Amino acid sequence: MTASPFSLAVELDGVGAHPGGSHGLDAHELLSPSRLAAGVRAAERAGFTAATFADSPLSSGIDAIQRASFAAPQTSALGLIPVAHSVYSEPFHVATQLATVDFASYGRAGWIVGVDADPRIAVEYGREAVGPEHATAVATDAVEVARRLWDSWEDDAVIRDATTWRYLDRAKVHYIDFEGASFSVKGPSIIPRPPQGQLPVFADASSGVVGDVALVTSSAEATVAAARESGAALVWLELEVALDHAGLPGAERVDRLDGVTPWAREGFGRYVGDAAGLVDLLTELAGQFDGVRMHPAVLAEDLEELGRAVLPELRRLGVHTPPVVGSTLRESIGLPASVNRYASKASA
Amino acid sequence: MSADRPTRNQIQFGVFFQGVNFSTIWTEPESGSQTDFESFRRVAQTAERGLFSAFFLGEGLRLREHLGRLHDLDVAGRPDAQTQLAALAAVTSKIGLVATQNATYNDPFDLAHRLQSLDLLSGGRAAWNIVTTDNAWTGANFRRGGYLDHADRYTHAEQVVETVRAVWDSWDSDDRAHLVARDFGAFDVRGLGRLPRSAQEHPVLFQAGDSDEGRDFAARSAEVIFSAHGLFEPAKAFAEDIRRRTVAAGRPADDLKIFPGQQFVLAETDAEARDKAIWVREKQITPATALAFLENIWGTSLAAYDPDGPLPDIDPVVEVTGETRGAGFRAKKTKETADAWREQAAAENLSIREFVFKVGGRLEGGIIGSYQTVADLLARYADEHVVDGFNVSPYLIPTGLDDIVDRLVPELQERGVYPTEYRGDTLREHLGLRAPLTRRGADADPSRQTPSFDLV
Ligand SMILES: Cc1cc2nc3c(=O)[nH]c(=O)nc-3n(C[C@H](O)[C@H](O)[C@H](O)COP(=O)(O)O)c2cc1C
Repeated sequence: MTASPFSLAVELDGVGAHPGGSHGLDAHELLSPSRLAAGVRAAERAGFTAATFADSPLSSGIDAIQRASFAAPQTSALGLIPVAHSVYSEPFHVATQLATVDFASYGRAGWIVGVDADPRIAVEYGREAVGPEHATAVATDAVEVARRLWDSWEDDAVIRDATTWRYLDRAKVHYIDFEGASFSVKGPSIIPRPPQGQLPVFADASSGVVGDVALVTSSAEATVAAARESGAALVWLELEVALDHAGLPGAERVDRLDGVTPWAREGFGRYVGDAAGLVDLLTELAGQFDGVRMHPAVLAEDLEELGRAVLPELRRLGVHTPPVVGSTLRESIGLPASVNRYASKASA
Repeated sequence: MSADRPTRNQIQFGVFFQGVNFSTIWTEPESGSQTDFESFRRVAQTAERGLFSAFFLGEGLRLREHLGRLHDLDVAGRPDAQTQLAALAAVTSKIGLVATQNATYNDPFDLAHRLQSLDLLSGGRAAWNIVTTDNAWTGANFRRGGYLDHADRYTHAEQVVETVRAVWDSWDSDDRAHLVARDFGAFDVRGLGRLPRSAQEHPVLFQAGDSDEGRDFAARSAEVIFSAHGLFEPAKAFAEDIRRRTVAAGRPADDLKIFPGQQFVLAETDAEARDKAIWVREKQITPATALAFLENIWGTSLAAYDPDGPLPDIDPVVEVTGETRGAGFRAKKTKETADAWREQAAAENLSIREFVFKVGGRLEGGIIGSYQTVADLLARYADEHVVDGFNVSPYLIPTGLDDIVDRLVPELQERGVYPTEYRGDTLREHLGLRAPLTRRGADADPSRQTPSFDLV
């Protein structure tokens, strides 16, 4: 067993991971804010550590950062982790938007770094396309910019000193002076340091970007060992799930949906079966991983089963504990409190 | 309200949660946090209780500087506008959500997508306040740097607005997306819209910029203008000017609504309100703020001067005020300004602080009085259609709207010059706006124009 808590996250994009699930729904039904609200509430009720929100500049869907922000006042313990694109977007905007979600959620925001170098995204932004080998470096720079901006205000920079009429202690707000190969950013941030200081950064292990949490698709020893050696503090596994539901076996539910649109293999592991089997699998995975992110086939159905029969059982077994109201996402997933790189020695 | 009362023209309110400036008083026990979500929730929900049409957030993409260092006297730091409004969309149900967004340092497709996201999340309550800050100092935070000449700011903004609208229009009635491609000179963009239109079709477009070019741009492209002219006579002149420009742009005169930013100081009696206004002014313009106001022109520290003494006898050390550093000044001839100020201060026997109260204070343009007096005054604005509404700028957060909602709004309703319910569910409905400019004619269907694609 690893020392950190075992986290369980759920991806809430659309109606679920199975593409057949959205058949017959029009765009407005798919994108409805009440569907989103129902999803995050169900995830929180089920006891998940965090919800994630997929996004890509090439797909239809409401901006993931805004979905996370919209979810913030409707939840009180659930971590909220949007994908935000990093290769062609403006790092300054991404950093301040994510910091805002952290404020709106009182410290429950994270970031899944979107590292897609697709030239169609480049032309959307009007920028020079970079090759996949370059994308890692650009995204890594974008993460560095965000990290410096989040630290650019020390926690006690706002002093509101009525005797000298100073709102700000300017010695505690720092230019970041980032100079990268493809962009530079002066700083400081236009928003104070977020409640978590540093938001937990998640990245696909295969992207080459190293965050706090590496997302891996395989439980092969070598993959997991490589992710740990890369420098990520935590390693989470991606897992698709389709559970028995309302008298229908998971396999049959998948077959029926496959008849509409086949569920392609993304390279993720996939569990299809009853709740008890998933409890056994997750219990085993808890020995190898710091967390598992689940991609339910159909949210409305699988989330119900997860909340009814899987998470409560894992809780009873002591394998997983739901996040506590008032905790930050860093605390919930087992990251230490962040240290501000700019904090002066004197105040340290 | 009684049905037999003849219908009077009405005004509406929006609220401008200002953040970064000297007019938000941050020293008092009731001064709340400028970043805590609860402050925003409280103001937005109070405004909604008062049937305000819109909640408004500003934007500044670089932290303000003063004399080459970070400006430390005013509120600084605020959330990203659209992200914050997405959270507020979850705790409100009617009020419009207006995000100030720069047309120079936001990428057109990304901006279009995020605004449309906010519009869908809020059920058709989003708006974009288009601003055009173009300086290289701000550009230092962005990939393209200071790529745009000041003279080109509105040409560029207009092209961005046209592109954003094309993206919003790019889904046809079968939810198929049509390619949008535009060349901006410095860069070109090409892509697909990613979302269907909301219940109000497009986010509402606000404009806040006061130059001739800014006004013409608003007359051609915007739906609401956030003006700086709130006092009766200037507001009247402004409205006449704007309506003339709007008609010249081929639009009905009432197609562009006018909402000046406005501070209100209210109390039980006129005398109490005047006392309160003095208190507000002294809290806003501290001795340090008064000196900083002059330092913007002098270009050097005036710390050696007594804020309660006369204006500095030395001349400014710079010829023109520097490139905007978020201070709100631009390239004023400093010597001329300093001479004129000294002359005025000497003639009226004003100390530095008294002088700044006079020329730099927001209150000279503030509306001050008892609830009844102010309601009577605003009824005149309504009767003469001098404005469509006011963007109220509270000087205290988060309590600054309480007396307006609890005391002034009922007075206005009694006079029949303020709504007694929301007209609909979308911001476009609250404001009584027509369909978006590009959705009024046969051009509204993109399917004839470009090939379509299925989205991934
Ligand atoms: C009432 C008012 C509010 C404004 N608020 C903002 C703001 O929040 N952020 C910003 O970058 N510019 C803001 N501006 C600046 C203008 O949008 C514009 O960029 C600037 O005034 C230059 O344009 P102009 O030459 O037409 O005045 C505001 C202007 C006015 C008049």
